Amino acid sequence: MVRQVNSVTVTDRRTAPSVGGTKGAVRLTAVSKVFGRGSSAVSALDRVTLKVPPGEFTCLIGASGCGKSTLLSLVAGLEQPTSGEVSAAGAKVAFMFQEPALFPWLTAAGNVELALRARGLGKAERRQRTAELLETVRLTGFGGKRPHQLSGGMRQRVALARALAQDADVLLMDEPFGALDAMTRDVLHDELDRICGGRALTVLFVTHNVREAVRLGDRVIVLSSRPGRVIASYDVPIERPRRIDSAPVAELAAQVTDRLREEMSRDAS
Amino acid sequence: MPANLPPHVEANVPGYVEKLTYLESLEAPSDRGKRRLAARVWSGLWPVGLAIVIVLAVWQLIHLSGWKSQIFPGPGATLSNLWHQLQTGLLWHAIGVTAERAVLGFGLSVLIGALIGAVVSRIKPLRAAVGSLITGLQTLPSIAWFPFAIILFGISTTAILFVIILGSAPSIANGLIAGVDYTPPLLLKAGKMMGLRRLSLYRYLILPASLPAFVAGLKQGWAFAWRSLMAGELLVIIANQPSLGVLLSTDQDQSDMASATAIIIVILILGVIVDQLFGLADGAIRRRWGLAGENS
Repeated sequence: MVRQVNSVTVTDRRTAPSVGGTKGAVRLTAVSKVFGRGSSAVSALDRVTLKVPPGEFTCLIGASGCGKSTLLSLVAGLEQPTSGEVSAAGAKVAFMFQEPALFPWLTAAGNVELALRARGLGKAERRQRTAELLETVRLTGFGGKRPHQLSGGMRQRVALARALAQDADVLLMDEPFGALDAMTRDVLHDELDRICGGRALTVLFVTHNVREAVRLGDRVIVLSSRPGRVIASYDVPIERPRRIDSAPVAELAAQVTDRLREEMSRDAS
Repeated sequence: MPANLPPHVEANVPGYVEKLTYLESLEAPSDRGKRRLAARVWSGLWPVGLAIVIVLAVWQLIHLSGWKSQIFPGPGATLSNLWHQLQTGLLWHAIGVTAERAVLGFGLSVLIGALIGAVVSRIKPLRAAVGSLITGLQTLPSIAWFPFAIILFGISTTAILFVIILGSAPSIANGLIAGVDYTPPLLLKAGKMMGLRRLSLYRYLILPASLPAFVAGLKQGWAFAWRSLMAGELLVIIANQPSLGVLLSTDQDQSDMASATAIIIVILILGVIVDQLFGLADGAIRRRWGLAGENS
């Protein structure tokens, strides 16, 4: 059974700026994805219907094996759905992975600049934009370093700058802070808030950390596992700036966790 | 360290993020890999020096034991023979001829190997077929090609170059194909999401990513080229072109063991020098990519 989850208009800072039209809207309609064939077939996603309005920060949460990453790959166009329809309405899509996936032969600045080059920008503009983007992620002065000379958090900052360099309408994030320590993650949450707040950027953020989802999202969507289905959707009416350990965040996170537990125990029985 | 900065208390204090960025940067790996040049050179040299001492000692002991002492000179006589030959134009001329063939043969191998590698790695069905062909060529000792080459090209430099290319180009092609094949899938994903397509994907992602494997292929290709060249110079002796192989062959005819051994030492040193150059290139890439450990 599929529970239809309709998008709710979210009162949010990001709906205020000039987010006209549907550019940046992501829509999945009854999307299923099956890997393999016959008896070894594994159903990763089962008739997922999801509508993300432009400029919304949506967090997808679920136990491992719920097809969260598959969902992002479908939106990115890296994979095709078995059935159903995925539409990003002509939006440009950028992707951030759990690993920074920086090119080790390029410097931090070189990595950012390559994304600008792929967009066909001229040399002078590339140089200027690279400097701006590194400043945005607070890495001015680190542009000449190679990825292996940076800490894990700094590498993800470079990856974020590179994603922003793509000037995308939709940013897909697959547990980008999963491998970082709590302190660094906390700072990057603030940074992400600040950076996304100033842009009309639709974000789909996958995580298995409920608090992180509530801390960051305008909306939190809970997926069941094997196969992934949308089982619940929570609006997050908490004002920004938020803190991961504030009472409202903790309260909503507890609700979401209860829902997840319920789902998992049903799954286990 | 970060413990004195409770994140939720100070999160809104100006300068907090800068502070943390700074602390984070302290955690970044330092450049300790950049050891002093002298130390690096020394750590590379002493094993070589020790090896030379061991060889010379064993050699001298054999000489002192009197085994075949009539025809087998000790290190002293051999090294003085080498020293004298180094004063003559003939040895240098021979080194020049051999080096020229090595450069030409290896250069052609790189061109042909890289071309084949680039084409094959782009066309999937070709890859399986050409892959096994390349493996086959690599297992075939290249010296077996000489009768074929001599019948085809006569006693000529072309015959030697032909065999060098057959011996060396497969390894180089193989290195490039392996590099392209092993481009990390995550980087490919990242590159595609960035909008790199076809040619630009090759130029900015796949080729740089395959560089370490390509250099490994070059190194192996060089080893094959050098072997093929030496075999060729012993088998294909061209008049008025004194190469190292010709000198060695003349020494054999004249039973001049001191000179023969001296030439072998020259061949060994030349081979080692080029091998070291590839080693340096490999080390430079590894350091640049952050693959190297503390000791390399």
